[in-house]
Amino acid sequence: MFRPSHFAAVVLFALFASIVFGITQRETPRRMIRYGAYCFVLFVGSAIVLSWLMFLIAR
Amino acid sequence: MATPVNKIAANGKGTAQGFVYLPLIAGWLVPGAGHFLLRKWGRGTLIAVSIVGMFVLGIAMQGKLYSNVHDVLDLLGLAGDLGNGLLFVLSRVLGLGADQVQVTTADYGTRFIVVAGLLNVISAVDAHNLHTGRKS
Repeated sequence: MFRPSHFAAVVLFALFASIVFGITQRETPRRMIRYGAYCFVLFVGSAIVLSWLMFLIAR
Repeated sequence: MATPVNKIAANGKGTAQGFVYLPLIAGWLVPGAGHFLLRKWGRGTLIAVSIVGMFVLGIAMQGKLYSNVHDVLDLLGLAGDLGNGLLFVLSRVLGLGADQVQVTTADYGTRFIVVAGLLNVISAVDAHNLHTGRKS
């Protein structure tokens, strides 16, 4: 059984989803890569920010 | 004023030949197959690797495969799982996936499987748009 940490699961999820978003939502390869990277940063960044917010609220 | 459909026709991009829904159905049944049919090898490979990878990781995490519906959330999960096409059918036949989510990792796995199905539907629609000339 594969048991990733929560953060590893977030990174894997963001990677695969960003690749598909980049390919399907933009037309040229350059814009696909840029949009995919943008989505990846937003996925992982928002997970980190929300995690810190929940940590601070729970204290 | 030209409608979007007229613009497509005017641009000469309406390149659909044969059965117009073939890339859509092929892309739904097998991830990336819609793009392969349109000879978009790079895009098809990346889509196939991403969606199959996500589905396999979900199964490896003992994610749940929805089979029957008890409430609305189960119905949404089943709809997402069905987006995986033959991957879902094959996994059900082979008895893969868990019936009950018992650990946290399995909950992640269940989401991976559902999202893989939803991404596959997006990819199949993208292949259809490429086929009809709505997207280049």
